[in-house]
Amino acid sequence: MLEVFIFATLNGLVTGLLLFMLASGLTLIFSMMGVLNFAHASFYMLGAYFAYSISQYMGFWAGLLFAPIIVGVLGAGVERYGLRRVHQLGHVAELVFTFGMAFLIEESISFFWGTDTKNYRYPDILNFPLFTLFGQEFSAYRGFMIGISIAIFIGLYYVLTRSRIGIIIQAAITHPHTVANLGHNVPLIFMGVFGVGTALAGVAGVIAGPVLTTFPGMAAVLGSIVFVIVVIGGLGSLAGAFIAALLIGLLQSYAIASDVGVPDLLNLLGLSFERSHPLNDLWTLTLPQVAPILPFLLLVLVLIFRPTGLLGKREQ
Amino acid sequence: MLEVSDLHAYYGKSHILQGVNFNVAEGEIVSLLGRNGVGRSTTLKTIMGEVAPQGSVKFKGKEIAGKQSFEIAQMGLGYVPENRDIFPTLTVSQNLILGMKSTKIRGRWSIEDIFNMFPILGERADVDGGVISGGEQQMLCMCRTLMGDPDLIMIDEPTEGLAPKIVQQVAKLLQEIAKRGVAILLVEQKLSIALKISHRLYVMGHGTVVYEGTPDSLMQADDVRAEWLEV
Repeated sequence: MLEVFIFATLNGLVTGLLLFMLASGLTLIFSMMGVLNFAHASFYMLGAYFAYSISQYMGFWAGLLFAPIIVGVLGAGVERYGLRRVHQLGHVAELVFTFGMAFLIEESISFFWGTDTKNYRYPDILNFPLFTLFGQEFSAYRGFMIGISIAIFIGLYYVLTRSRIGIIIQAAITHPHTVANLGHNVPLIFMGVFGVGTALAGVAGVIAGPVLTTFPGMAAVLGSIVFVIVVIGGLGSLAGAFIAALLIGLLQSYAIASDVGVPDLLNLLGLSFERSHPLNDLWTLTLPQVAPILPFLLLVLVLIFRPTGLLGKREQ
Repeated sequence: MLEVSDLHAYYGKSHILQGVNFNVAEGEIVSLLGRNGVGRSTTLKTIMGEVAPQGSVKFKGKEIAGKQSFEIAQMGLGYVPENRDIFPTLTVSQNLILGMKSTKIRGRWSIEDIFNMFPILGERADVDGGVISGGEQQMLCMCRTLMGDPDLIMIDEPTEGLAPKIVQQVAKLLQEIAKRGVAILLVEQKLSIALKISHRLYVMGHGTVVYEGTPDSLMQADDVRAEWLEV
């Protein structure tokens, strides 16, 4: 039991921190633009594909270094030459634009890399068990994923709260006109935030690609959950996104690792049903089966009982 | 230093500024007076590029009409808006740091200067800007703009809603700003302060300048005060 709990916690941490890396960029960009960037998970996918291609020639580590930079530059370009112009037409136009970008990126990936799953692997140097507990191994690569995610979180937190540029970013997000009147180039700041936000998604793609498989649907797999995290955490709240990402990562991991379900509940209540019962599927439901829908259930509950999210300050 | 010629501005279809003309020389304190709604605040916003300008605005001899706000501020034109816009979740110190355009160039003002002039801001250096009093916020807002080392500072209604004691502090700060060679364009409703510190005054009415003079000449122009200033 203890071994299941420990490994479920570690796996939940890996997933949660990975989700946070995606959600942090998305929530920063939301604070700035006022609308959700539907193409955000597509930049995550681009990160994985760029890293895969780079790793073919220069190895995994070069991919880890260069792919996020390429994705960040692409993201900054999208903001500078696309979103900034569309922004003048209002939020609906921005939403439609980001939707369009998501499709464009997905189709482009299928066009250039094909629709098959890529053999993107993590480096041999991390291909060993980090430790063995109760006879179960925890891979070094997963430990590496945790380490790099925590390092990025600490770096991001430090830059945003302790540095002058972080202070300017925080202020520009809520009071862009006032910050511009103080002589700061707000359009450049926004482009930078968008670039860094998409680069973070790129990092997530680079390190998740070898574990969660690199294929053209990988953006869709995580995309919807990342939106759930941003809403549960509170739109625009970085700390909220961190808590929500860990919460969902752990929740899903515990649910998958557990072996309880409705049959156990019925046994406890002393009830039993025939296999031929019309609702047999419901009576035999187990927690691992419903794990994928738990984030969305949590989203519904949060929206009902705390519409601003865990740490959000605004309702829109 | 600042030359505004035939400046027009619109809010939608409303023609707010209808050909405003005035100038501010280096180191000079100039006040824009007038009743509410005559376009004084809009004049400052238009100069700063927040409202689209039509006409000419020259700062240090260069045309700035049509430039973006941050470019205008970088040229040395400071602006303290009426609504103060203190960043509530940033501390007093962080609000001041935000006003600096660069950490490499040391201007006329430093954080130590500010804290010496207003010890209360120093005492509250680590307190969030959102929880200090209205008077302290006004001081902080003006000092934040000064941290950017402007050559001319435009200040919109700095004494509005403040207690008489704080008003005196604001007047003292305005005089200190002028003493350090910074020109001031002041939008003010309290005639007493404007008369006390200004070198020249402009009175606005119906979106244009209707009177130009010195504090002495305005005191003698009873008809101007009665028609355009007194309620």
